[in-house]
Amino acid sequence: MAVGARATLDARKLRADFPILQQEINGKPLAYLDSAVTSQKPRQVLDAMTSFYETSYGNVHRGVYGLAERATEAFEGARDRIVRFVNAPSSRELIFTRNATESLNLVAYAYGLATFGPGDVVIVTELEHHSNFVPWQYVAKRTGASFRMIRLTETGELDLDGLDEIAGDGNIKLVATNLVSNALGTVNPVEKLTAWAHEQGAVMVVDAAQAAPHRAIDVQALDCDFLAFSAHKMCGPSGVGALWGRRELLEAMEPFNLGGHMIRKVQFEETTWGDLPHKFEAGTSPIAEAVGFGAAVDYLNEVGLDAIEQYEHDLVAYALERLVDVPGIKLYGPAPEKRAGIVSFNMEGIHPHDVAQVLDWEGVAIRAGHHCCQPLMAKLGVAATNRASFYLYTLPEEIDRLADGLLRARKVFG
Amino acid sequence: MEDLYREVILDHYKNPRGHGVIEDADAAAEGMNPLCGDEVAIYVEFGEDGETIDEVKFSGRGCAISQAATSMLMEMVKGRTATEVGELSKDELLEEIGIPLTPIRLKCALLGLGVLKVALHRSKGTPLPDEWAGLDDQFKVS
Repeated sequence: MAVGARATLDARKLRADFPILQQEINGKPLAYLDSAVTSQKPRQVLDAMTSFYETSYGNVHRGVYGLAERATEAFEGARDRIVRFVNAPSSRELIFTRNATESLNLVAYAYGLATFGPGDVVIVTELEHHSNFVPWQYVAKRTGASFRMIRLTETGELDLDGLDEIAGDGNIKLVATNLVSNALGTVNPVEKLTAWAHEQGAVMVVDAAQAAPHRAIDVQALDCDFLAFSAHKMCGPSGVGALWGRRELLEAMEPFNLGGHMIRKVQFEETTWGDLPHKFEAGTSPIAEAVGFGAAVDYLNEVGLDAIEQYEHDLVAYALERLVDVPGIKLYGPAPEKRAGIVSFNMEGIHPHDVAQVLDWEGVAIRAGHHCCQPLMAKLGVAATNRASFYLYTLPEEIDRLADGLLRARKVFG
Repeated sequence: MEDLYREVILDHYKNPRGHGVIEDADAAAEGMNPLCGDEVAIYVEFGEDGETIDEVKFSGRGCAISQAATSMLMEMVKGRTATEVGELSKDELLEEIGIPLTPIRLKCALLGLGVLKVALHRSKGTPLPDEWAGLDDQFKVS
């Protein structure tokens, strides 16, 4: 197949970095095709965290002793690398959170709840993960703002033609979208949407949880105002994520969590807040996880984001070509050139749970469910889909095994 | 492994017993499995004694395990009293299903039983064990 010839990374070689992939499930080599839900971790990330715990662990920004200094240096060093990873102008603008969901909630509570009111409009898309849908729906309801949704075309792309109509007569305050859809793999035209949002005087929030692992991110080129992502989807540990925000917005915002570390001065009468980014990092941070996040970013840079994007593009094109011949399959989402390494589908007469179960017998792990995208499922008229998702360690023959497994499912269910 | 989809399961899945809706049912409830979004609604009609299940039907969508288990449940409970079904243990249903289930698939298999228990609890005040009581809120009355 074409993947080998055009690939700019060597997935077979990279797999040696991932200890978890060297195992069998039900007597078959594990084919992990669920990286969109969470990625596996390379030895380099695991080693960085273990070594940090073994040699340099302490709390950060507190002690004056040597170990605390080393821990702080490692933690802030990780932040600096993540800042460069998304080409943010300053390390003060990059806040460590628990995950992308918390990053988005931070913006919803600390910005939305304080800013929106009756007559304002908050816009999301039909393609959002619940994490970039529910907080806005909730905050709109709490503030009396109206909540609108950009619909999808039949091919699973955002229908931007209706933007002005969606906006209505209200005062558009915020537009929230993902850069890459976790359910369909659609790569959304964020630059275009951002330009429109800014014309309306609105703030642009981008959920990059599904994009940051797979393509180069440049917040200055995107020109958005907030961008959220999670380490665990990009070869890093669970428990840490990041929010990048435009400095003037972050400075104007009230804190989200209150407590230790985020303060400047606490008195009975009044408390003042610390500088960015500390104002938004109350309590002890996920320290070793942040160090692992930094190591993950190093790993992705080493492999090359452009190479990853190209490789996954080849994989998804191959998968679509391979799967289209499976009897009774219905594939969702746009053409390969408009999507990342995600393929959502249904098998006629076989529920996704049952498909995933039969694939597990073959050692093939895929996701079956609503992918935290119930509005999208409603649009597709289904309760759930199957989803296979790829990463830098995915092999073309794993896609072949997926296709063969689907034939077995067809056989079991007749 | 293929025991999971043994013939009787596939037969109930493809030809569900008691599939449908009872208009103006004496008892009804619907519930969903938040894991996958699958939905089951169950409708019950009592006999003249107001206690014996005369007719019971289900509608909804779901995986082979949830649909087959609910179909088997319809056959199991028809003719029994609300009190008897209120006391029906999940083991009795699982025995009928007769296949080993992982904890996640167990949720699929027991969805219908939970919905039926909620329906009977609401209409007849039969006991609702803790494991389903927590789900009571999400089970809308149809």
